[in-house]
Amino acid sequence: MSENMPEKKQSIVQTLELDMRLIGMIGAFIVICLVFNVATDGRFLTPRNLFNLSVQTASVAVMATGMVFVIVTRNIDLSVGSMLGFIGMTVAALQVQVLPDLLGLGHWSIWIIAAVAAMALGAVLGAFQGWIIGYLMVPAFIVTLGGFLVFRGAMWWVTKGQTQAPLDATFRLMGGGAEGTLGESLSWIFGGVAAVVAVALILLSRRRKVGHGFTVKPVWAEALLAAILAGLIICFVWVMNAYPIPKGAMKRIAAAEGIEYTDTLVWNHGVAIPVVILIAVTAVMTIIATRTRFGRYVYATGGNPEAAALSGINTRLLTVKVFALMGALTGISAIIASARLNAVDVGLGTLDELRVIAAAVIGGTALSGGFGTIYGAVIGALIMQTLISGMASVGVDAPLQSIVVGIVLVFAVWIDIVYRRKTGVV
Amino acid sequence: MVDRSGTPLVELEDIAISFGGIKAVDHVSVDLYPGEVVGLLGHNGAGKSTLIKCLSGAYQMDSGEIRINGQKATIHNPRDARSYNIETIYQTLALADNLDAASNLFLGREITSPAGFVDDDVMEAETRKIMGRLNPNFQKFSSPVSALSGGQRQSVAIARAVYFNAKILIMDEPTAALGPQETQMVAELIQELKRQGLGIFLIDHDVHQVKALCDRAAVMKNGQLVGTVDVDAVSTDDILAMIIAGKKPEHLAA
Ligand SMILES: Nc1ncnc2c1ncn2[C@@H]1O[C@H](COP(=O)(O)OP(=O)(O)O)[C@@H](O)[C@H]1O
Ligand SMILES: [Mg+2]
Repeated sequence: MSENMPEKKQSIVQTLELDMRLIGMIGAFIVICLVFNVATDGRFLTPRNLFNLSVQTASVAVMATGMVFVIVTRNIDLSVGSMLGFIGMTVAALQVQVLPDLLGLGHWSIWIIAAVAAMALGAVLGAFQGWIIGYLMVPAFIVTLGGFLVFRGAMWWVTKGQTQAPLDATFRLMGGGAEGTLGESLSWIFGGVAAVVAVALILLSRRRKVGHGFTVKPVWAEALLAAILAGLIICFVWVMNAYPIPKGAMKRIAAAEGIEYTDTLVWNHGVAIPVVILIAVTAVMTIIATRTRFGRYVYATGGNPEAAALSGINTRLLTVKVFALMGALTGISAIIASARLNAVDVGLGTLDELRVIAAAVIGGTALSGGFGTIYGAVIGALIMQTLISGMASVGVDAPLQSIVVGIVLVFAVWIDIVYRRKTGVV
Repeated sequence: MVDRSGTPLVELEDIAISFGGIKAVDHVSVDLYPGEVVGLLGHNGAGKSTLIKCLSGAYQMDSGEIRINGQKATIHNPRDARSYNIETIYQTLALADNLDAASNLFLGREITSPAGFVDDDVMEAETRKIMGRLNPNFQKFSSPVSALSGGQRQSVAIARAVYFNAKILIMDEPTAALGPQETQMVAELIQELKRQGLGIFLIDHDVHQVKALCDRAAVMKNGQLVGTVDVDAVSTDDILAMIIAGKKPEHLAA
């Protein structure tokens, strides 16, 4: 009990209290982007490509935030891709076959009913799997492997394999595309509010810590972090606002809104709605992970299940809740994925479970349990999608893409293990 | 001297529990009075930890009765035990290694803001206060407890048991990972808590320590109670004989 920490001279990284893993991931992301940009003669880092990248990342990233909790509690969920397909198909059939007959085609409430149904269905299916894992003690690997097969099969039964299209017009906005964005002005407002909130949170946290007499970072360090964060948000909005909507889509939108179309008109996309959904999910999941009892118990149970149980935590019920949450998030991803394609065929969500698990793991979630961050998983999803999109844009064929992603996954986890060993955080 | 004329604080009566075919605790009865320290002794595997886990809610006994202040107590899980103001320092310490000291101290009983969010800053401030009292050298408030030394981890586990105003304290080998100086600090803590009127079950392998700190010693062997003796009435050799031979010495057997 006598190990006093000697005052050491601190490096900049320590002063900023930055997470080395976060810096590593951002560094990897930047390097990947630059390499592809050079390889494509500057076609990679364009507003158009970055917009598409953000939209393509959303579905997997939303599920990856839930997979963090699943893996942190020493479980795994192999069923999310199939479940996404099943939910997507069910909700598509609801929009195409059921609701128009009941409410009338294009009724304003169809998208709300469909969206709520998707999340509720996911939560129920997830809770059921969680119940088998928590209370009947069947390993998660087996239960969700079963779910993987069951949901894919059940998806076929919903419509006898028929592709469902087109989806409700409002529902479709949740998939991005020319219409499915905030538009220029709203994007600026969104970015401004997000930046202000981010800076305010940093200031509030600092004031609370000072109030308790804890040592805090130097003012310049805190200000630098706040400035970087706000700058990144504004930069992102700026890039999204620099991608013009194609003429064809503009004519369509102008006609729908009763605006006269002229050739001099320029509209830009702005932030895509699925990306807004992803940001909201990331914020809520981060709050759950770091600021709620439930989140605390998720990490405690992952770190030491026995200790958690001895502290009075109902670890079985916790398992049910974690899988229910994973299911609800899969429902949200099903909305994004089906809305983006404006159609659901029996292949929807295939292999997504592996992308989601890889995103969480690349983002620093340890399969041994107890460690993992929400932002890490989101960045992990972004890195994976960047790799895949980048390879596609330089003309790497699909088989080689798989090979590269597979190697990167193993490499990332190895780096992570070495890092943990070095820093003593096992 | 401990006043044993009133109702005992804790009565463990005829407790039995077995795992598979092994009778881990075989019809054991022990009681504990306010302001008293009762030592539990015996070889590894004697059933000491299992017995106290029935009281702390970690295990459910097969048969027997627990009474607190003379009233029959139903303890099905650790939450129930906490509601009777029973706090436990487990032999394994039962810490979540990936969380920091404050999160472990308040695990299952987090301090929340009016909006219902866990308030890490307040919990850290409280942790700093109690650690300042128990282990003033402790500084690693933001590291996960896996980064702490054995003694520091032990002090987190002790702080958790002491913080919540226990009336009944169970300490399962609390000094196992500690050096002489730290062991002395724990000994002083036990004496202070005893003065405050807590009842303490202390599992310890050091017979001299038991002689010094405890009022009575209960010795177990192979799941059975060998006997309970007043430590002032016996020598350390007598206690050792009970542990090894599994029966009370002749001159006490009366
Ligand atoms: N959860 C359990 N499952 C099976 N056997 C157990 C369990 N807990 C304790 N035992 C057995 O009960 C006996 C008593 O163990 P324990 O109470 O830990 O002894 P002590 O604390 O006195 O060293 C041992 O034989 C041990 O193997
Ligand atoms: Mg023991």
